[in-house]
Amino acid sequence: MQVNENFKPVIVAFCCNWCSYAGADLSGTNRLNYPANVKIIRVPCSCRVNPMFILRAFQKGADGVIICGCHPGDCHYTSGNYFTRRRITLLYSMLDFLGIERKRTRLEWVSAAEGAKFASVMEQFVSDVQKLGPNRRLEDLRCRKQ
Amino acid sequence: MQEAMIKRAVQLLADGTVNRVMGWKRGEFVYDITPAVFTTAEELEKDFVCDDFTQANLSKYLVKESRKEGKILAFLKPCDTYSFNQLVKEHRIIRENVYVIGIPGGPKLDIEKIKAKGITGILSVENENYTLKIETIYGTETMPFSEAVSGKCSGCKSKKHVAYDELIGDDGEVLDSNRFDMVAKLENMTSQERFDFWRGELSKCIRCNACRNVCPACTCENCVFDNPKSGIDQKAAADSFEEKMFHIIRAFHVAGRCTDCGECSRVCPQNIPLHLLNRKFIKDINELYGEYQAGADTTSRAPLNNYNADDCEPSVVHERGVE
Ligand code: SF4
Ligand code: SF4
Ligand code: FES
Repeated sequence: MQVNENFKPVIVAFCCNWCSYAGADLSGTNRLNYPANVKIIRVPCSCRVNPMFILRAFQKGADGVIICGCHPGDCHYTSGNYFTRRRITLLYSMLDFLGIERKRTRLEWVSAAEGAKFASVMEQFVSDVQKLGPNRRLEDLRCRKQ
Repeated sequence: MQEAMIKRAVQLLADGTVNRVMGWKRGEFVYDITPAVFTTAEELEKDFVCDDFTQANLSKYLVKESRKEGKILAFLKPCDTYSFNQLVKEHRIIRENVYVIGIPGGPKLDIEKIKAKGITGILSVENENYTLKIETIYGTETMPFSEAVSGKCSGCKSKKHVAYDELIGDDGEVLDSNRFDMVAKLENMTSQERFDFWRGELSKCIRCNACRNVCPACTCENCVFDNPKSGIDQKAAADSFEEKMFHIIRAFHVAGRCTDCGECSRVCPQNIPLHLLNRKFIKDINELYGEYQAGADTTSRAPLNNYNADDCEPSVVHERGVE
C-alpha cells in the first residue's frame, strides 16, 4: 500500500475524566508533544462509550478511534472499565469481522500520572492510522470533506 | 402430532387451566403459517395448524400475552424454549401466566427452497418418507425433503426443551452442531474479502425492520431504530455507512442475549445471513469468556453484564492471524 506522508489522520480519543483526561492534561503541563490531530472527547468513565459513539466518530470523519480509561481495578466507579473491556473487545472484533481495518481501533489504559504514556500511545496510534490512510470502509460519503 | 395438540388444548381450555391458546393458523397459501391466538374449541379444530412449515417462534408474543387476564397455553419447539427462558429471565414474560407445552422441533421446510426449484402454483405439500410430493396447478412434482430444509434448522443447536410444563412427544438432546463453520470461514478470509462479502450482503437490506420485529431478544418498547434523532430511523439506508451502522447496532444490542433461534435470518426478505453476525458474537463470547448459551437457564448472568478481573484485552483482536 502506498503511504501518503502528507495525510494527517483525524483521531478521536474518548478519555475518561478521572484518568486519561488528566493524563492528557499532565502531558500538556509537562510540555510533552502529542499529535495535534487527536481530538479528545471527555467521558465520565470509559464505560460511558456506547458502541454508537464509535460508529458516529467514524461517520463524521474520524480515521481512527481510541478509548482511554483507568487501569483495570482503578475505575472511579469500581467496575466500569471491566464492562468496557468486554464490550469494546466484542465491538472491535465485529468491526474486524466486517472487514474494517483493525488498526483503526484501539483501547488503552492510561492513568492520571501517565502523561508520558499518553503522549507515546497517541504518537504510536496516529502513526499506525497514518499508514492505513483515510477511513474509507466505514465512512459516510455525505460527511466526506473536500 | 397436530391432532394430539388440538386435543390437549381443548382439554386445557375446558378445565379452565387456560383461557387462550397460542398456536398457528394458515394464511393465504398452504405454506403460509402464521402465529394465532385461539379462544374456543371450535376455532382450534377448524384453524389450528402445526406442520412442516410451522417455523414461527411464539415466545415474543408472550411478552404481551402474559400480561393479559388469565393464563395462556403456548406450544414451543425446543429452540423456542430458549427464547422463552431468556424472556423470563429478563422479566419480560410473566411465567405464571403461561402454560408451556413442549413439542418436537424440525427439521422444518422453507417454501423458498421449493420455489427455487422452479416449482410454482403450489397447492399442497406432502411429506412421504422424506420425499416431498407437491401438488401444483400444473401437476405433481417431487423433491427430497432434505433439499428443502429451512436454514434455521440446518444449524440446529438443540433438540432439548429447557422450559415446559408438559411435553407432547419426546425430549431430545443438545446437539453438537456445525453452526460456527461459516463464521470461521469468514474469519480466515482477508480483511478485504470480508469487507467485500459484507458489502454485498448488507447492501441488499431494505430496512423493513422485520429482523428486529421478529427477534425475541429485541423487546424494548422504545427502540433506537424508531428514534428520529438516531438518524437511522425507519428508512432505507442512504449509504453504506448506514447499512453497517444498522446491522452492527442490531447485532450488538442482542449480543450475549441472542439464543440463536434463527428467526431474523428466516424472516429477512432479502436473505441476508444475519445469523452470521449473531454467531460471530456468540463464538467470540464462547472463546473469550467461556461457553455460554443464552436462554439455557433463567439465572446466569449474561456475559456482557459480567466480567472477570483477568479478562483478555481488546488487543486480542489486533493480534489474530489474518488481517
Ligand atoms: S429483515 Fe432483512 S431487509 Fe429487513 S431490515 Fe432486517 S436485514 Fe434488512
Ligand atoms: S438475533 Fe436472530 S437468532 Fe438471535 S434471538 Fe434475535 S431473532 Fe433469534
Ligand atoms: S472512571 Fe475511568 S474508566 Fe471508569
